[in-house]
Amino acid sequence: MSAQDGVTQTRSTGVFAQLLRRPGSAFGLALIALIVFCALTASHITPYDPNDQPFDGLTIEGAPIAPNADHWMGTDLLGRDLMSRLIVGAQTSLIIGVVANGLSAILGTAVGVAAGYFGGLTATVLMRFTDLMMAFPALLLAIVLAAIFEPSLWIVAMVIAMVNWVQMARVVYTETRSLTERDFIQAQVSMGSGPVRVLLRHVLPHLLSSIVVFSTLGISTTVLLEATLSYLGVGVQPPTPSWGNIIFENQTYFSSAPWLVFIPGVAILLMALAFNLVGDALRDILDPTLKGRHG
Amino acid sequence: MIATIDTEQINPAGSNDSPVPLLQVKDLTIQVATPDGGKTVLDGIGFSLMPNEVLCLAGESGSGKSLTAMAIMGLLPKPAARITAGQILLGGKDLVGLAEADFRKLRATRVAMIFQEPMTSLNPVMTIGEQITEVLRAHQDITASAAESAALELLKEVRMTSPERRLKQYPHELSGGMRQRVVIAIALACQPDVLIADEPTTALDVTVQAEILDLIAKLQERAGTAVIMITHDMGVVAEIADRVIVMRAGKQMETSTVRQLFASPSTDYTRALLAAVPRLGSVSASAAAPVRENKATVVEVNELSVRFPVRGGLLNRVQQNVHAVEKVSFSINAGETLALVGESGSGKSTIGKALMSLLPFEGEIRINGRATRGLSRRSLRGVRRDVQMIFQDPYASLDPRMTVGDQVAEPLLVHALASGQELTDRVEWLFKRVGLPADAMRRHPHEFSGGQRQRVCIARALALNPKLIVADECVSALDVSVQAQVLELLRELQEEEGLSYLFISHDMAVVEQVSDRVAVLYAGQVVETGPASAVLGKPRHAYTQRLLSAVPIPDPEHKRSPFVRSTQELVSVMHAVGTSPERQLLQNHGDDHWSARAAG
Repeated sequence: MSAQDGVTQTRSTGVFAQLLRRPGSAFGLALIALIVFCALTASHITPYDPNDQPFDGLTIEGAPIAPNADHWMGTDLLGRDLMSRLIVGAQTSLIIGVVANGLSAILGTAVGVAAGYFGGLTATVLMRFTDLMMAFPALLLAIVLAAIFEPSLWIVAMVIAMVNWVQMARVVYTETRSLTERDFIQAQVSMGSGPVRVLLRHVLPHLLSSIVVFSTLGISTTVLLEATLSYLGVGVQPPTPSWGNIIFENQTYFSSAPWLVFIPGVAILLMALAFNLVGDALRDILDPTLKGRHG
Repeated sequence: MIATIDTEQINPAGSNDSPVPLLQVKDLTIQVATPDGGKTVLDGIGFSLMPNEVLCLAGESGSGKSLTAMAIMGLLPKPAARITAGQILLGGKDLVGLAEADFRKLRATRVAMIFQEPMTSLNPVMTIGEQITEVLRAHQDITASAAESAALELLKEVRMTSPERRLKQYPHELSGGMRQRVVIAIALACQPDVLIADEPTTALDVTVQAEILDLIAKLQERAGTAVIMITHDMGVVAEIADRVIVMRAGKQMETSTVRQLFASPSTDYTRALLAAVPRLGSVSASAAAPVRENKATVVEVNELSVRFPVRGGLLNRVQQNVHAVEKVSFSINAGETLALVGESGSGKSTIGKALMSLLPFEGEIRINGRATRGLSRRSLRGVRRDVQMIFQDPYASLDPRMTVGDQVAEPLLVHALASGQELTDRVEWLFKRVGLPADAMRRHPHEFSGGQRQRVCIARALALNPKLIVADECVSALDVSVQAQVLELLRELQEEEGLSYLFISHDMAVVEQVSDRVAVLYAGQVVETGPASAVLGKPRHAYTQRLLSAVPIPDPEHKRSPFVRSTQELVSVMHAVGTSPERQLLQNHGDDHWSARAAG
């Protein structure tokens, strides 16, 4: 049994199994599984065509129908079945929430870690650029980028990532700086470890908790940013539904048909919550100093 | 409870003019919540504090001394810790279970506390004057101007230099010793009956410690305040205490007068504790005499200077330089220990870091004949195999997320010296070498005690078979008994492997024990250097003499001669761009003993 095996062994006693054992993260995993299932099988499980505007989809007065036995979540202002749109919208929102947010987390972490660890000129250049991006109106930037490229879901995801990485970079930069001052990093350097090794093996694991918390919080932000872009016509093109644009399309009906805003809002909240629960548990499981403190 | 010679049981019952105790702690028991239920961390502590008395709670870390103080102050962390039994009687009133609002009235007016770290116990964004008047006005009905003049009086009382100016200054503008004076002034502002001082001098330099202890003793004498002093330092105990309670793992081991404790300790634990305390002057001259063999020079340092630029102004240009190390030269032979001593800010740690090539420097450092300045990262690797470092805080210098086995293996992997089974064997051997069981490899740093962690750090430093180990205050964070074991391990390794040490320390007694030669640093320059016995036994330079005279002696019968306070302010190491401090020229006194001519 080598010293190296020590780690792999403790880590591999099923991170997944450990996630399932905790009630919080098990619930989170179940939610994520449900959302992924909806996204993958959307066209097969929707009760109605999400883009169909049937004649009986609105009341006589032309108002949306409240949730009932036929339409479990009611219909929207064009008479489309809300539940069907929500299920199909899961595709868009999942891609935006996971891909856009994941990209921005990776980009932000890379910039923050590099600036924080190397300091000096590297830090000045990277962080001033970050400040510049922060000062630039995010929405304007997104609109410009989205206008240059042909609007599509993937482009929207990229655009959101380009706008959203700055906060992560700031947080990671500050933490890396204080971490770099710590003795154990100095000890690593003094025994001859190169920067790549120090960063990957000794700095990144300590940033995990901030990264997890920050990127799960980012999920709801990015989903809503996508909605804003769609609303302005540079995001996902109608009639393709996304949770964000369902809220935006229907917000004028908020007082007369609150479910149209409430239900997709809850969906976004649950997605963020699910990732947050899993991320939180993951952080605890991967932190050896917390071992044995959680049941 | 073992051997409790309880004065409280003799005194009050008895006789004539015995005064009423100010504070009585009876059978105090504290539990902390753990996942497996309550764990008793303080077990039946009992003592009484007379007016005008200095009572020391002495013990190693985890003995429950601070917890006792926190309980008296009503500052126990809630709900983690709670008092499960016992009484704390302050003037006959039980403080256990007292409401927070009532406690607040008692704090500062009846019981006040001084904390260990003067920087963190002062508010960095408030002036000294504001912080003192705040306490006064919170507890007394006085006007702002009256409070201010009272604050000025207090600063004079704690012998602060130019007190009028200090009122307007912020904590960061003061030195550590001055900050602690402010903390004391705040604690004494409302003339409390009881002053609790929790390791008030541990974070301070030894000369400052001597001044602060002196100050506490003087103030206590004059105002009649009773003092509970918490300390791990038996020298401090001998110096200031009237009575001592020795604690260990939450239990009261021994209670006696200070003379009795040092003359005839009644428990084995106290005896062991006292025996482990390093004493200055205990190493006989013959034993400490360096073995002058013609061995190879491992490290040669020539005119080493380290400067840190201080930037400022509109264009962020360098305005001043901190001359942390100024033209220092020394060499270390194989199997030899050179100690760097000096107070904080003298540049000793900076020299260690320069040796490890952890910061840019000027001058020349040759390790095993190879100059290290200006080497690329790749070429530095080879040098780094020859010189390794042990840090002060073993917990901070280990990656908390990695098993210690992996961490000891790390240097071997980095230098591609071993892999697979060979690596495992080598790591196992290293663990055995430093006296740790092989199964410790799979554990994480937080699962070890302080001494064990330092052993892990030593194992890691040994992994590359270095010629030199830079030990930066490597035993300062450890309890004395553990300290002795770690020093013994270092000595053994030196004998068997022919290691050289650069031993950086502020503790003169430890330095005397381990070093062959000593270099005394003051404001970045060497002011005295030579064989340990000569420098510590017959110090030539005024600064060395002052440093040695400030060391508390762990023996109440032989208190050190009154400490001579320095009239000078500390020499600043900040210099304008282009200027350098005056060079200290060394003069030979024979037998390789050199000292600077100018008085420090």
